[in-house]
Amino acid sequence: MTPRAIAELIQSKFKPEVAEITEFGDQVSVLVNKTRILEIMSFLRNSSELYFDYLTDLCGVDYQGRKNERFEVVYHLRSILHNHCIRIKAAIPEKDCKIDSVVRIWAGANWHERECFDMYGISFTGHPDLRRILMPDDWEGHPLRKDYPLKSDLGEAEWKGFKEVLETVERNKKYEVR
Amino acid sequence: MLKKKELSINMGPQHPATHGVLRLVLELDGETVVKCTPHVGYLHRGTEKLGENRTYPMALPLTDRLDYVSSMSNNIGYCVAVERLLGIEAPARAKYIRTIMAELTRIANHIVWIATHALDIGAMTVFLYSMRDREWILDLYEMVCGARLTVTYPRIGGVRCDIDQEFMDSCYKFIEDFPKRIEEYETLIDQNRIWLQRTVGVGIISAADAINWGLTGPTLRGSGVAYDVRKAAPYDAYDQIDFEVPVGKNCDVYDRYRCRMDEFRQSISIIKQCLDKMPDGLVLASEAPPYDMPIGKPRVMPGHPMGEILPGELVEEKVPFDELYSATEVPKGELGFYFVNDGTARPYRMRIRAPSFVHASVLPKLCEGSLVADVIANIGTIDIVLGECDR
Amino acid sequence: MIVDGTTALIEVEEGIRIIPGANTIVCALDKIVNWGRKSSIWPMTFGLACCAIEMMATGASHYDLDRFGVVFRGSPRQSDAIIIAGTLTKKMAPVVRMVYDQMPEPRYVIAMGSCACSGGIYNTYSTVQGVDTVLPVDVYIPGCPPRPEALLDGLIMLQELINKEHFKWSRWR
Repeated sequence: MTPRAIAELIQSKFKPEVAEITEFGDQVSVLVNKTRILEIMSFLRNSSELYFDYLTDLCGVDYQGRKNERFEVVYHLRSILHNHCIRIKAAIPEKDCKIDSVVRIWAGANWHERECFDMYGISFTGHPDLRRILMPDDWEGHPLRKDYPLKSDLGEAEWKGFKEVLETVERNKKYEVR
Repeated sequence: MLKKKELSINMGPQHPATHGVLRLVLELDGETVVKCTPHVGYLHRGTEKLGENRTYPMALPLTDRLDYVSSMSNNIGYCVAVERLLGIEAPARAKYIRTIMAELTRIANHIVWIATHALDIGAMTVFLYSMRDREWILDLYEMVCGARLTVTYPRIGGVRCDIDQEFMDSCYKFIEDFPKRIEEYETLIDQNRIWLQRTVGVGIISAADAINWGLTGPTLRGSGVAYDVRKAAPYDAYDQIDFEVPVGKNCDVYDRYRCRMDEFRQSISIIKQCLDKMPDGLVLASEAPPYDMPIGKPRVMPGHPMGEILPGELVEEKVPFDELYSATEVPKGELGFYFVNDGTARPYRMRIRAPSFVHASVLPKLCEGSLVADVIANIGTIDIVLGECDR
Repeated sequence: MIVDGTTALIEVEEGIRIIPGANTIVCALDKIVNWGRKSSIWPMTFGLACCAIEMMATGASHYDLDRFGVVFRGSPRQSDAIIIAGTLTKKMAPVVRMVYDQMPEPRYVIAMGSCACSGGIYNTYSTVQGVDTVLPVDVYIPGCPPRPEALLDGLIMLQELINKEHFKWSRWR
């Protein structure tokens, strides 16, 4: 099926949830509300004519100030059987920064959701083990947000573990034989 | 009766056999692994955030260092994605050159894979034999662009400079002599009793589970699923070349090893076809963005006069965004780039879908219930590189 | 001193004299100990990122490291040097310091690659700008990644550094 036809099928089945359908090149994105995301994803996974068995990617985007809702979680789905693909986006407001987890549908979403939580602060309800994955466990802040600094010198907000290493360096300097 | 307790062992970030800075916390009951928890992030360098602060041409060298063993493939993946996003078409000669480079990189990557996998399992001779052949490929890279490892040779809109007759002659000689080397490696390990005992029946994951976990590349094809991005969504010159995609049957480490060894031979055949069919012409599109591409302003809503802000209205509010996901088949699996573009020369969001990240997540499923020695075989067979996993 | 063909002291190198007839070498103890120490530097494998692949290529058969006496050891307790090859992140910094503190003296640190020397192209929230923030570095090898010849050059520089040391053969300094 072409991506446009898939998007129209989703819109016909879940009419109140679908907010927007956009196209670029030959790819189509469907923007949905986050409330019934599990139902939509189960339908996409189990329906025989769509059969999206392969979750290619799950990521977050921060549209601070540029769109109505601050965050979006983007799901890229592909069907190996039928060789078609679609992009589903769920808008997440800043005040209510959580969404249902799709780990029970695609096991591969596990680490992608942990990374999304780590980088953006979006929590996934129903995730078996939601903790940081790329940053250290007690890091503060969510790095990929648009208001987080880029450069290495974080000043006072430096990670506690790194400050401890610098203290060890100072303490052990007197034992160095140079 | 003796009391038993599980032993918790840390296979720390510094370890000769973990292919980089991967940390595994294993809970053992004797020799059997009861629970395996991978910890990644020790090489997280912030590539995605850096990409948001650089223009498209300037972010290209960042992609070299993702999967640093096969840097040409990452560059090609990035260039194909940006070309689709910005609407640039690379000339035919550049596409054939990029296909040759991608297949040479596939061979180079699988050489490092077999070298480290065999070294960890104990067959040390394979490391020395295969790294000798990798030097050959690195000489070819140096002939073309001057760099050995992090090349940045494919550019947005084509490649950086043309290949000359010396390169083509050396390439022909390489594809003539390399099949004998593949047979050398196979003689060393293929029917070896120790190799068979350590790889047959180890690390089994069924086809349905593999797709559910999102595996791609030879790791998936060893389980019998014939999914290859070069066939499913062709790019560059792959739709004009005949090649097969090797697929395994038994879903274990041995079948993935055989898939990758067969991919050596398929890559040689692809390179030969590309060299024979090489068209003439330019190697860089005329509308390719220059290195110092100006940043520009975000697109304003249709209806606003271009570049003019009406009094009382906010700047940069509600601009339309373009989004694109583009995948290529790197030696490790499917590398995907998801770009969100707001009309400027900087990507608003650059997301890298790395195959190693997904493969590292399937380690608990492969290792739990097996022996400690099988953990090493499993790490080798999923072929991860931590630069890509952590970005 | 007897000035004779077979028993004269002949200077072969600075500070090293031989008596050819008696098959003897006369020199300061420093020279012999330094020669032994510089010809068998045993580094620890600490490859972090891309530079680790070039380190592996230097150790392989084309640019052999074994002819310099270099044997890679897996444990810090048994090694003389540590080659930090690749980007050091803040998450990895405590690990590097802990491993370095376990090495017995005399120990040397080689920072290989631009990321280890000064952060390289990665000036981001999670990277340490240069390994010398956490370890005292002896030799810096720039490059992204440095060629195997550059790594060999850095190793030879470390050997020259060791050659100039004094009194590393006893506890009385």
